[in-house]
Amino acid sequence: MSDIVCPENLVYKKPSTLKDAIMHYCPGCGHGVVHKLMMEVVEEMGIQNDIIGITPVGCSVFAYNYMDIDMEQAAHGRACALGTAVKRLYPEKYVFTYQGDGDLAAIGTCETMHAANRGEKMLTIFINNGIYGMTSGQMAPTTLEGAKTTTSPYGRDVETMGYPLRISELIANLPGVAYVTRQAVNTPANVRKCKKALKTALEYQKQGLGYCMVEVVSNCPSNNKCTPLEANKFVEEQMLPFYKLGDIKVPEGK
Amino acid sequence: MGEVKLMKGNEALAEAMIRAGADGYFGYPITPQSEVLEYLAKESDKCIIKRTGMVVLQAESEVSAINMIYGGAAAGKRVMTTSSSPGMSLMQEGISYIAGAELPCLLANVSRGGPGLGTIQPSQSDYFQSCKGGGHGDYHMIVLAPSSVQEMVDFVKLGFELAEKYRTPAMILADGAIGQMMEKVELFDQMPRRTEFPEWAANGKPKDGPSRFVTSLNIKPELMEIINERLQAKYKEIAKNETLFETQNLDDAEYIFTGFGMGARICNKAMELARAKGYKVGTIRPKTIWPFPYDIYANVAKKVKGILDVEFNAGQMVEDVRLAVNGTCPVEFYGRMGGMIPSPEEIIEKFEEYFINGGK
Repeated sequence: MSDIVCPENLVYKKPSTLKDAIMHYCPGCGHGVVHKLMMEVVEEMGIQNDIIGITPVGCSVFAYNYMDIDMEQAAHGRACALGTAVKRLYPEKYVFTYQGDGDLAAIGTCETMHAANRGEKMLTIFINNGIYGMTSGQMAPTTLEGAKTTTSPYGRDVETMGYPLRISELIANLPGVAYVTRQAVNTPANVRKCKKALKTALEYQKQGLGYCMVEVVSNCPSNNKCTPLEANKFVEEQMLPFYKLGDIKVPEGK
Repeated sequence: MGEVKLMKGNEALAEAMIRAGADGYFGYPITPQSEVLEYLAKESDKCIIKRTGMVVLQAESEVSAINMIYGGAAAGKRVMTTSSSPGMSLMQEGISYIAGAELPCLLANVSRGGPGLGTIQPSQSDYFQSCKGGGHGDYHMIVLAPSSVQEMVDFVKLGFELAEKYRTPAMILADGAIGQMMEKVELFDQMPRRTEFPEWAANGKPKDGPSRFVTSLNIKPELMEIINERLQAKYKEIAKNETLFETQNLDDAEYIFTGFGMGARICNKAMELARAKGYKVGTIRPKTIWPFPYDIYANVAKKVKGILDVEFNAGQMVEDVRLAVNGTCPVEFYGRMGGMIPSPEEIIEKFEEYFINGGK
């Protein structure tokens, strides 16, 4: 064994900034991947002692059990308010919020829009899987038209339930916002691009350019009642045509 | 002797906040406390107090303001917000989280008449909300009730001290009258802002220690019960050590007038009128309304013929007075509501009606 387990054979390892804890996320869920990407970026940038994360209410409420950095756990939707205060009080530190679509795009829309509009120099990681995960499959503001959930059992009727909300496009219109990009983690290629976007956003934060948002189109195998592979197929075929990947706003000259 | 100035209650509170070495203020305008944010804004350049470097930010709502307080307090900073009754209602969720996460911070409610949008005139109808846990879950915060502009200054310093000593939110429950009136105040000297932070504060993982997280969540009921037991033990300790009240003329008193904040001040005036008419009246004023000074009422009740409780509400603190007295002597209540203030003459009239002329 020892001749196999040796440094020159190492092709992959978990970043030191991720704790040795078993994640509670369902098999195939995108949260674990995004946690790991963010912690890889933190490790590579050497900022483990200089970053504060704000966790939401939702499936990722326990992110502080996995990310080995200082964290605050916010009330539902209020992460950007906490993040605002932390960044204002510690302008030299990195600050990010990690929020799902219910947290950010429903109950926390006000806090998110105003933090963005004030140009708070922080990053929001916005996990959009189009459904409420932790409360078991209710309709989210981002749920696609016609999609069946426990609170839209006959499919989302946009005339009576409203339209799926593209927060990133809205936010990108605000002058205080420096960088908005939409990424996904459903394929290895997309995972690599997502990591690059997270790193870019933190570099812009260091430069004090303004508010940054990295939206990650994710999946929910458990509540969509499908396998992880089918869930990623759903992302590719259903979510991405509506939530188009790529940069929506980049800082001038970048 | 510190600097003496003639100041409006809200402005004195804002000045005391700067002098107490606060790191941040996050608030939203609402009558009758908007002068707090206005005063701080005038002292600021680009949202930073020029004298001290304190952060001042106008939030988009009271909901956001209290969560900025949560964020700042969790990162170890000395932070404060102020509002008035409808705004305090919006903050209750955040206060519950702050109490649950055991974070120190200072709030001030310059209260006005309700319910609903109510009125902008002074009221004391937020006693229950402030003292009995306005948000969800079993928690308390330390509640200080000023009755002068001087106490708007003194209680800022005391409020931060108590909040930090016990890792708990503290509140100054004032009313629109104290917020708006001008009085002579003696200001304490500028205190330095802290440069060292508590070991629990999430402000960047220490190089030589584990990462920290601040939360009010524990999904396991067995552990959540233990957290609750710890909170209750802390509240008992606060009640034992920090209960404050003042009394006047108890020695020969046959009757007691009692109230909190501005109500207590009017009771003192009414006591003078009563004494001029030959009635032996004393007063009790709780300075902390949570923890409530139950013992002084229980002791005094054994010696007097009756207690008249006066408030700007429908009768809220009187429930605590009655709990304390526990039937030992009669306790009567007189209050005005909706922004109206009882006069000393009305108090005498009610006192004579209840206690001298043989009851209602």
